[in-house]
Amino acid sequence: MKYEIQPTLPPPSSMIGVVGWLRKNLFDGPYNSVATIVVGYFLISFLVPTIQWIFIDSDWIGTSRDACTSGGACWVFIANRLDQFLYGFYPEAEHWRPQLAFIILIGSIIWLVLPQTPKKGLVATLLLVVYPVIAYFLLYGDLFGLPQVETHLWGGLTLTLVLAVVGIVASLPLGIVLALGRQSDMPIVKSVCVTFIEIWRGVPLITVLFMASVMLPLFFPEGMSFDKLLRALIGITLFQSAYMAEVIRGGLQAIPKGQYEAADALGLGYWQKMILIIMPQALKLMIPGIVNTFIALFKDTSLVLIIGLFDVLAIGQAANQDPDWIGYSTESYLFIALLFWVFCFSMSRYSQHLEKKLHTGHGNRA
Amino acid sequence: MSSDILQSGVKPDGGSTPQSKAPPVNKPKFWNDPKKRSLLFQVLLLAALGFVFYTIIQNTLTNLEQRGMTTGFDFLSREAGFGIAMSLIDYTEASSYGMTFIVGLLNTILIAVMGIFAATILGFILGVARLSDNWLIAKFSALYIEIFRNIPLLLQIFFWYYAVLRTLPTPRQSLEFFGSFINNRGLIMPAPVPEDGFGLVTIGFFAAIVASWFIARWSRKRQELTGQQFPVFLTSIGLIVGVPLLLFLFSGLPLGLDHPELKGFNFKGGITVIPELIALWLALSIYTASFIAETVRAGILAVSHGQTEAATALGMSKAKTLRLIVVPQAMRVVIPPLTSQYLNLTKNSSLATAIGYPDLVNVFAGTTLNQTGQAIEVIAMTMAVYLTLSLLTSFFMNWYNARIQLTER
Repeated sequence: MKYEIQPTLPPPSSMIGVVGWLRKNLFDGPYNSVATIVVGYFLISFLVPTIQWIFIDSDWIGTSRDACTSGGACWVFIANRLDQFLYGFYPEAEHWRPQLAFIILIGSIIWLVLPQTPKKGLVATLLLVVYPVIAYFLLYGDLFGLPQVETHLWGGLTLTLVLAVVGIVASLPLGIVLALGRQSDMPIVKSVCVTFIEIWRGVPLITVLFMASVMLPLFFPEGMSFDKLLRALIGITLFQSAYMAEVIRGGLQAIPKGQYEAADALGLGYWQKMILIIMPQALKLMIPGIVNTFIALFKDTSLVLIIGLFDVLAIGQAANQDPDWIGYSTESYLFIALLFWVFCFSMSRYSQHLEKKLHTGHGNRA
Repeated sequence: MSSDILQSGVKPDGGSTPQSKAPPVNKPKFWNDPKKRSLLFQVLLLAALGFVFYTIIQNTLTNLEQRGMTTGFDFLSREAGFGIAMSLIDYTEASSYGMTFIVGLLNTILIAVMGIFAATILGFILGVARLSDNWLIAKFSALYIEIFRNIPLLLQIFFWYYAVLRTLPTPRQSLEFFGSFINNRGLIMPAPVPEDGFGLVTIGFFAAIVASWFIARWSRKRQELTGQQFPVFLTSIGLIVGVPLLLFLFSGLPLGLDHPELKGFNFKGGITVIPELIALWLALSIYTASFIAETVRAGILAVSHGQTEAATALGMSKAKTLRLIVVPQAMRVVIPPLTSQYLNLTKNSSLATAIGYPDLVNVFAGTTLNQTGQAIEVIAMTMAVYLTLSLLTSFFMNWYNARIQLTER
């Protein structure tokens, strides 16, 4: 008897191609088939009218609500108010200033995010240290012949970004100091930091903002008045730095003890050890956590409407009250949701990408 | 630093100098001694903190005096004089400011408990669904999570309140289903009114719970002894639902319903759930569920695949593997972040103030503060409540966490 190796047969047609994919992923047994049909039915009966409403039956061009006749979404409303959504009550002739600030910000972020660009450290330092100063004078003016624009005129997406960027830039160093303090051997330093962190983490941001707007003026000498925006920024920064501190503490704890010992053995002092050895590693480990805190901060900026600042959501609320445009609140909520979603989703994607990229070394994570 | 070492002690040429005979002079300067330096540093910190607090208190006192504001907690016993849309206890305009605090606190606890309940169920379902073999279900769950967790909660609350619930028809054109009405004033349901003999049903219900507990104990013992399993869960559900239901039927349906009726411009009778509560509940549950789902997914992924394979090798069904093998082990990873989500939900319920649900922040830190002007006391009390709730929740969850934690050798 002689055996001959037969050529391998192709898989049955029901296992490959579209049919195979459907069988494997959607109709794998009776339960899954029923589930697919039920979920699929609900999705179609929900998605089709929604898409129809948003895109097909919608109105895009016009100047008043008379243009909205087709029964779908009225994007004319958003288009007419776009300037307010983006700049609040910032004078129209000066719109180039927030635009320029925004372009510099996005430009440097793209520079930092792209993998092949050189001098990332320098750009990051400029963004964290120099950019806030430039952006402040650009937005506020009263220097280099730029007309002054009071902060109560700032609004819309511009204000949201100001709150978010200042919040992160100010809370990062404060968070690092608090995290180091919490890890410190000095009992008084440690308990002060722990108390600070636990108090701010235990209360809602609203009460912090209330406190900043109602109580902060009482704490300072008579006649020393604070800008409303500045008070909100102080509240947000204190609140967020407590969260930041916990994220960084996680990073500090993840550094193997050998790294601390090696730094000690080299005779490095405390600050040398922290700045040269520990912090770079901890921050690298915690970039995803820091980005997550940033996402939370970005969403939380919408709360300033409660103390009367006109961020993008507050502008939307005001627009919904406009008697000329009553009944189009769904459109404005969808538009604002899309704005927030684009920022937050891209940040979360980037943090997931970093998590994958940085998942090297550090044996005890494997 | 290295030059310090060279200069003190023995000279490199080995020759003895007068210094080498003297007692060791390399005692560091006091600012180079870590112990003394840290002591100095801490004293400085305390002094700075003391100075800051002293200045703040002095400034506050001066400011309060100049504005003619009083301090102290006397205001709590004064008459409040404003109405609250919803209260779980008796509250009238004649009640004190102290009562407004209690009413607000109870409303906050109500929404937090309702939110935690719904968000946990929804979150677990979505978390498991995102790992489903079914492509459509997994993608649907992923889509839900990515949409809802990236949109600010406040926006979601506004959406449900202003864009959905406020656009419902007026009471006169209410949508009606099963004797309940839904309109822009909220959800109006028939209120149950117990009649004679309903006590029997209640007794039956509690008796069934006790019986189920005994059955569970008996079944666990039997399984330990013989290895035989008993369908405890189904039996308990049957008892707890069935016994009261049978008693209810046999004693002649002793439960009346107070049907709501449209009188004038609004409904009379029944139970009214205000739209603010519904909007807040929907938004909080939907938003938090997306975070809980991710927590649950991470927990399930943390269970080693070998465990699932071992269960499959033992011939366990998929559902049983999930219930008996995967979920109990995943819970160990899930509990700590789940605790944070519960805390977040409780703290986020303070956003109620933006749509006027009468929670603690709205009623007490809002209206009461505005009427009395006692900013410091009111804000401090409000913050203390949330701090206490936070600490209590994390205490309870830590206890639970410790109880189910893996005990290793």
